Amino acid sequence: MRITPKLATLLVLAALVAITPFFFPSGYYYRVGALIFVNGIAVTGIVILTGYAGQISLGHAGFAGIGGYACALAPVHLGLHPALAVVLGAAVSALLAYLVGRPILRLKGYYLGVATLGFGILVSMVLNNERDLTRGPDGIDVPELGLRALLKDQGLNLTNGEFWYFFCGICLILGAWIALNLHDSPAGRALRALHGSEVAARTVGIDVARMKLSAFVISAVYASVSGSLLALQNKFITPDVAGFMHSIEMVTMAVLGGVGSVLGAILGAGILTLLPQVLTVFAEYEQMVLGLVMVLVMIFLREGLLPSILRRLRGRGE
Amino acid sequence: MSELLQFLFSGVTVGAVYALVALGFTIIYNASDVVNFAQGEFVMLGGMITWFAHAAGLPLPLAALSAIVVTAALGVAMNKLMIEPARGAPVVSLIIITIGASIFIQGAAQLVFDKQIHSFPAFSGDAPIRVGGATILPQSLWVIGGALVVFAGLWVFFTRTLLGRAVLATSNNRLAAQLVGINTNFVMALSFAVSAGIGALAGVLATPITLVAYNVGIGFALKGFAGAMLGGMGNPKGALVGGFAIGLIEALTAGYLSSQYKDAAAFVVILAVLFFMPQGLFGRKSADRV
Amino acid sequence: MKKTLTTTALGLLAALGLTTAAFAEIRIGASISATGPAAFLGDPEAKTLEMLVEEANAAGGINGEKIELVLYDDNGDPNKARTFATRLVEDDEVVAIIGGTTTGTSMSILSVAEDAEVPFVSLAGAIDIIQPVKPFTFKTPHTDRMACQKIFEDMKKRGFTKIGLISGTDGFGASMQAQCKSVVADYGIEIVADETYDPKDSDMTAQLTKVRNAAGIQAVLNPGFGQGPSIVTRNYKQLGIELPFYQSHGVASAGFIELAGAEAAEGVRLPGNALLIPELLADGDAQKPVVTAYKAAFETKTGTPVGTFGGYAHDGFLLVTDAIGRADSAEPQAIRDALETTKGLAGATGIYTMSAQDHLGLDLSAFRMLEIRGGKWTLVE
Repeated sequence: MRITPKLATLLVLAALVAITPFFFPSGYYYRVGALIFVNGIAVTGIVILTGYAGQISLGHAGFAGIGGYACALAPVHLGLHPALAVVLGAAVSALLAYLVGRPILRLKGYYLGVATLGFGILVSMVLNNERDLTRGPDGIDVPELGLRALLKDQGLNLTNGEFWYFFCGICLILGAWIALNLHDSPAGRALRALHGSEVAARTVGIDVARMKLSAFVISAVYASVSGSLLALQNKFITPDVAGFMHSIEMVTMAVLGGVGSVLGAILGAGILTLLPQVLTVFAEYEQMVLGLVMVLVMIFLREGLLPSILRRLRGRGE
Repeated sequence: MSELLQFLFSGVTVGAVYALVALGFTIIYNASDVVNFAQGEFVMLGGMITWFAHAAGLPLPLAALSAIVVTAALGVAMNKLMIEPARGAPVVSLIIITIGASIFIQGAAQLVFDKQIHSFPAFSGDAPIRVGGATILPQSLWVIGGALVVFAGLWVFFTRTLLGRAVLATSNNRLAAQLVGINTNFVMALSFAVSAGIGALAGVLATPITLVAYNVGIGFALKGFAGAMLGGMGNPKGALVGGFAIGLIEALTAGYLSSQYKDAAAFVVILAVLFFMPQGLFGRKSADRV
Repeated sequence: MKKTLTTTALGLLAALGLTTAAFAEIRIGASISATGPAAFLGDPEAKTLEMLVEEANAAGGINGEKIELVLYDDNGDPNKARTFATRLVEDDEVVAIIGGTTTGTSMSILSVAEDAEVPFVSLAGAIDIIQPVKPFTFKTPHTDRMACQKIFEDMKKRGFTKIGLISGTDGFGASMQAQCKSVVADYGIEIVADETYDPKDSDMTAQLTKVRNAAGIQAVLNPGFGQGPSIVTRNYKQLGIELPFYQSHGVASAGFIELAGAEAAEGVRLPGNALLIPELLADGDAQKPVVTAYKAAFETKTGTPVGTFGGYAHDGFLLVTDAIGRADSAEPQAIRDALETTKGLAGATGIYTMSAQDHLGLDLSAFRMLEIRGGKWTLVE
């Protein structure tokens, strides 16, 4: 069997999820791993939107907020099981992305940036201000997913940290698989064509507006699911999840690792999630280092870390 | 009636600060097509450096001047070290570079200065001026005056001077500009110096009203960005109108509708304007390149 | 078990020639928002903890054992706070956690600490943290509900029945706004204006104009922290509003008077604590020596005036070290049990007496109604 890039990516991810726990000295590492996977899901959505279709969003955290608060609110107010709340959150995010995306995706570059930014700010404002529903900026409790107890009944006894590590890991692999399939499908090729040149794509008969909208909706679903998993894992959520800085974080992770490649973006998520944990010794310099890393990678490794590294390796091999 | 007047005063005070930030965005954008998200940090530096220099014993005017000069120099350094090496990078990379710069400057500022909130005395005292039952602070007039003077200066610069046209030419087509003998590197450095200087000036003028701390920059940057985009990026007139418009929308919404959703109102207006005018109120129409 | 492990490890270190003077250490963890939107609160908290650990170790530690502080900066991000709490519990194996500068971060740390059965002393205001009582969670600041009650008591005494609120939309302001609205009816007071502002706003005259024009209004209250209340106070004076003005405990520090300007702050009342007025306390006051010593040490060390929030961290550390001392053990369960039996412990914020039903241990008497006169705090009572 030939190892395609798609298969290689999935194998690398599966190996990472399965093997690294053997080297974990304490339960805390499962927590960090699970966070990397949750962020990995969100940035995979950014890969589809920015890497494939070439569109910018500075407001995707808004969808993460919708996914997260769906898990907090739907079980209480609608009596939904938390797992169904994830689905509901994704559906609401998709619908909203569809409605918002239609007008704003006509905009380009910075104008699209400010429009998506505005959308994200509106969502976080609603979460902050509608106290009667969301309990405001101090956050709200989220019910237990209950899957861990179910597994325990089946004889698989995992600690909370282990459960979320493996569960988020599996979700990430699934998400990556879908994104990679999309990449190789006719729709994916059309997306990449319009990334190259919208005018050219239009002349070969691609419905540019519809393709952009699909990418926006799909990436919103990824962000929403990532927000849901974060909320369920923490059993608590605050409006910060929908904040501007979280939107920037998503885009930065993706672009840092390589926004054109699923594995690269996930690498970016890993690095930016680990960075504050590694830098605790120099907590005072954390912000400076973070800023510097963002600038240096963008200047010297423009395609992002992974694609740049792979290119160098290949260059040497030839 | 006096109520409306008070809302308007509140709106122009805040709007003038946004307009100054938006004007700073304009220059760099005109020279390089980069929207510099670190613009808000220049405002913060203007306020913080002035406070520290003043606290260290410099008289206020000298402290303010040194803040503007130092910040302008930092702007030049930022161009040389971060923007020039990234020439030709896609928009999303440029956004991340300038946001990275903004995070870096914040991190440095909390080390070099501190994390407390500071202020210094208003230039012409704190006695409010009464007009028709409403009041405005003398310092607000300083900020509004500053925004108007900077706007007028830029307008003359871009339309009446050779150098200003060189900046615009550099933006339109760098190679062509070089061919006709424009020193594009100098133009870029100059744009960053002027833009950072204007940002610092905004910080100097606004701090007696808004107060300053190491982390106030990003808030100014977002509102200034919104103002610049509303008016149409790259046009000083757009920046001025956009900045004041956002300040007024916020104040009127807070006064007549809901203070909770006043920031939302500003963004709803932006979304509505962009829907009908995708280039903002006064933006240039640009054709797609194939 | 733990002791033997440490001894083995020490033996190993000694064999490697790496051992220092450090013997069995008590590890206390902290997750504080030293940067980010709540840095204004978290920064003095972190500095206070570092200073107190240094002091305690210089004085020989607790029961002869040195203290090691593992301090993380969570940027005010609840998600990060949860990660650091997990790290403190699982990786650093601390015996107690102090922190949670904001209510959001405290709620995140709380659930980790409860699961791991490690005592946690929160530095945040909201009543939800300790109500309902959770076995391992304690907190040092008064609840925001208590601040509202203290203020309304004073308003009632002055005969006000119609008041206006202008609140920040940050966690602190929003939570206090909600608590005040829920207890205001108990005092026969009606809220006739309810406005908000964003913590990053730089002019609140529009909101204040609306508040002023509310029919029958007699006094105004501003729940909030950071630069917002200073600007509100300045705008209050700019508009020439003559109504009595109340601030919250969120601005109880000398910095507030300086930022708002002594002239604008004249006559402002707020529920403060002993820390602000050591020289006004009676000589027999149990808090006097505590606040005098902390104020002197903090101001010498950092060059900035003490404030309420640093005081919360001071008390958090005091509660934990007092509990370890009384329990004569650094086992989490023993510390928890000792914390719950804290009795008459004088801190910077008040005098703590905990019980199985009360994991805060303060009542309204810990608050002192202060008024700013000529740029100085004065006692109202």
